[in-house]
Amino acid sequence: MTALLRVNDVRKYFPIKEGLLIRREVGRVHAVDGVTLEVQPGETLGIVGESGCGKSTLARCIAGLHEVTSGSIEYHGLDRSRGQIQMIFQDPYGSLNPRRRVGSIIADPLVIHRSGTPAERRNRVRELMELVGLNPEHYNRFPAEFSGGQRQRIGIARALALRPRLIVCDEPVSALDVSIQAQVINLLKDLQSELGLTYVFIAHDLSVVRYVSDRVAVMYLGKVVEIAPAEQLYRSPQHPYTNALLSAASVADPDLAAKRERILLTGDVPSPILPPPACRFHPRCPKAAPRCSAEEPLLLGEDHRTACHYPGVMI
Amino acid sequence: MSLIEASSEAEHTPGITPAVRGKGPWQLAWERLQRDRAAMVSLAVICVIVLLAVFAPVFAAVTGHGPQDQFPETGLTPEGLPVGPGSGFWLGADSLGRDLFVRLLYGARVSLLVGVLSTLLATVFGVVTGMLAGFYGGWVDGVLARLLDVVLSFPYLLVAIVLVAALGAGVPLMILVIAFFSFAAMARVVRGQTMAYKEREFVEAARSLGASKLRTMFVDLLPNLVAPVTVLASLLIPTAIVFEATLSFLGLGVDPRTPSWGAILADSTDYYRVAPGLLIFPALLLLITTLAFNLLGDGIRDALDPRSDRLLSRK
Amino acid sequence: MWRFVIRRALFGLLVLWLVATTVFLLFFAGPADSVARRLAGPRAPQEVVNQIRDTLGLDRPLTQQYLGFLNKLLHGDLGTSFISQTPVSTLIMASLPATLWLVAGAAALWLTAGVTGGVICATAPRSLRDRLITVTVLAGISLPTFVLGIFMIFLALSVFPWLGLAPGPYIPPLEDIRGFFQVMIMPWITLAVVQAAVYVRLTRGSMLDTLGEDYIRTARAKGAPEHRVTYRHGLRAALTPVVTQFGVDIGALLGGVVVTESVFGLQGLGQLMIRSVRDGDLPVIIGAAVLAAAFIVVANILVDIAYSFLDPRVRLT
Ligand SMILES: Nc1ncnc2c1ncn2[C@@H]1O[C@H](COP(=O)(O)OP(=O)(O)OP(=O)(O)O)[C@@H](O)[C@H]1O
Ligand SMILES: [Mg+2]
Repeated sequence: MTALLRVNDVRKYFPIKEGLLIRREVGRVHAVDGVTLEVQPGETLGIVGESGCGKSTLARCIAGLHEVTSGSIEYHGLDRSRGQIQMIFQDPYGSLNPRRRVGSIIADPLVIHRSGTPAERRNRVRELMELVGLNPEHYNRFPAEFSGGQRQRIGIARALALRPRLIVCDEPVSALDVSIQAQVINLLKDLQSELGLTYVFIAHDLSVVRYVSDRVAVMYLGKVVEIAPAEQLYRSPQHPYTNALLSAASVADPDLAAKRERILLTGDVPSPILPPPACRFHPRCPKAAPRCSAEEPLLLGEDHRTACHYPGVMI
Repeated sequence: MSLIEASSEAEHTPGITPAVRGKGPWQLAWERLQRDRAAMVSLAVICVIVLLAVFAPVFAAVTGHGPQDQFPETGLTPEGLPVGPGSGFWLGADSLGRDLFVRLLYGARVSLLVGVLSTLLATVFGVVTGMLAGFYGGWVDGVLARLLDVVLSFPYLLVAIVLVAALGAGVPLMILVIAFFSFAAMARVVRGQTMAYKEREFVEAARSLGASKLRTMFVDLLPNLVAPVTVLASLLIPTAIVFEATLSFLGLGVDPRTPSWGAILADSTDYYRVAPGLLIFPALLLLITTLAFNLLGDGIRDALDPRSDRLLSRK
Repeated sequence: MWRFVIRRALFGLLVLWLVATTVFLLFFAGPADSVARRLAGPRAPQEVVNQIRDTLGLDRPLTQQYLGFLNKLLHGDLGTSFISQTPVSTLIMASLPATLWLVAGAAALWLTAGVTGGVICATAPRSLRDRLITVTVLAGISLPTFVLGIFMIFLALSVFPWLGLAPGPYIPPLEDIRGFFQVMIMPWITLAVVQAAVYVRLTRGSMLDTLGEDYIRTARAKGAPEHRVTYRHGLRAALTPVVTQFGVDIGALLGGVVVTESVFGLQGLGQLMIRSVRDGDLPVIIGAAVLAAAFIVVANILVDIAYSFLDPRVRLT
């Protein structure tokens, strides 16, 4: 099976500039710093990591919103110019223009890509609204008249308008109430099987990612530290950072807590402006050895790949 | 109202309910404005003044007094002083025996023309410039922002005086000078708003759909700018009217024979002891007009953004 | 710090140069004869036009005239009035005291009235007195300066003649202190009213903002007396925007000065300018304009520096 999407050693740095008129670069944020992964057709690839580790930036690179600084993204049978990659955003309040009617928001991709006549577009909008579980008669309302979950459905309808193959979901449910989260996630899952969609699904809630994903990538400071089939990753995490994340999550999950000793992260996340050399996790790693601060670990393995000199389950 | 209620009962039964047209932000704002008594009175006053100005020739015909006609026999007492308000001259006559009422109506035309036209010019150019500068950023924006600051730090009147000295007085020059300063104020506000909105997710969403920058600016940003622009414009009109009156009062505005509130007031300074109406009526008219515009502007601000700091509290 | 001052000063010089160049181009660009005609006015006889052309050297190339113009400016030479044949600098110096007194008195008045009014409003928001003051403020903002001035004269002469207030001419305070006040009080009030209105609004808003802040609530919770909370904690923080606005206004005030002086016949810089425009007395107009620009630029630099001292969050770069 050939991948739908291949990300090769992608880096994205943001220059930090100072000065009023003449702005000079004083540093760079290493938001994404050498990420390699692929996405298979029909699967859901989950991406997790702490805030600021570069998940959104990676998503934006994949969706073509950012030029990558170096590296490449190969699309196989995916035509970005025909809208086959779409994004769903985190904030259901910020991502819909408050001054425009819902119908025209959902029709936006159709208008921009000059698809169909106005009458056809109107029908398509109704169809889409129905598909995501909205009342099609509400197309003339404004976003402010909908609840958070309904708004996220509007965002999903907009993303589906051009019949995309890949949808990049950047924390699509983290702004919603827990009860609503499940509805939206189930909607996404249903749409996937109905329309044969592929998802890149970003979240920092590990249980959400586990529920929706086929495979999961764990990011730390701009790098993927571990990537594996979801169940395998949750059952036998190899990277100390994944371990730490899972044990932090297990505080709220007695099932997990019983099985695993708690590994607590100490210290703050280092600045992405001057990331630590070699293994980025070594200043906070309970297993750190001299080698970790001298030599950068590579992402090794077959299905289950880990970037650690001393991988293994910690019990 | 009933439409919305009906539709919420009939949720998920498409095809039965009539199309629901939600109350947009504009409609809600208009409803709020209608509840604001001061603003509605102001709006009525402005409408009356506009009507009076439009139908000035009708009043000239009814009274039989053209705006420039002098009536030495009926308009002046035997001692050569202006007659007071009475049957022939509704508000009395001026020092040359001209009908004050008719001249005030023609003066309203000048005031409104200058006020509205200069604000219109300023709004069109200010919005386009501010939006382009705020959206594209870069060094052009930096220079422009600094320039606007400098322009706004110079007093209107002084610049106008120098320009009149160099180019000669007249209504077109006056409109241009006022428009230029209002433009600076407008461009600065629009630029700030644009920069704030540029960071919002819906702009990013438009980009991810492949919308061009121009489309994003005019379809997504512009509707969000209408509120602050309307408020500022409604406050710029009275400023422009006062400015015209001041220049004309100083003898640097419209041709002294043209009836203008400022020029009429300048005339009155030698006669107000014998004919106080010559001072009181134009002053009152000027005050009422500017106050009405200011109150309306304040009401609009409040209606568009209910949380904003308000000059006059309701109730 | 010094780098900031120097940069602001250089930027100020740039602005001044731009102003001077614009003024020069406005008046001197074009063929020599038409410029001379424009300067002399449409009714002047041909000999006067010729004389103006020759004395100003209007048939020299524009760049040469421009360099001469800048050179004279740099040496503080503002030329000689067409009308009175006195040096422009003498005329300006003669009208400066009236303007300075006018500005100083009005500023003192509006600051006191504005800040007091704002504090009164802020300590009892939405009360009757708050609303009364606010309505007055709105009227003040809507009232054109010259209308207010005319009304003051009207009242002083017809209703309160026993006060002895009278419009212009300017009387130096050292000559006749009583006369000085009788002449200046009305212009002061006229010039101050609009500004005071703005300051009431500003102080009120800024006070209300600070009084809502956490540290104020902390002070209250700790049991500090209410007046102490209002004045010690609230007012001090609230005054920063007032001070900034004050600096900006001192520059922008020059417009109001022109109007006030004209209404009251006070022979200050403003009236000098208006008279020169009516008479077509070009050197005086240019001299006064450049001087005013210099004044505004300096005032703005001072504001920026003062602001950075007041508000440590503003970084000087
Ligand atoms: N446009 C930008 N300009 C400069 N820095 C940026 C920009 N976008 C992101 N960054 C920086 O890049 C780093 C990664 O940001 P990113 O938004 O990708 O993190 P994230 O993993 O999505 O975090 P979160 O969970 O909070 O959304 C952060 O340090 C952020 O400050
Ligand atoms: Mg993010």
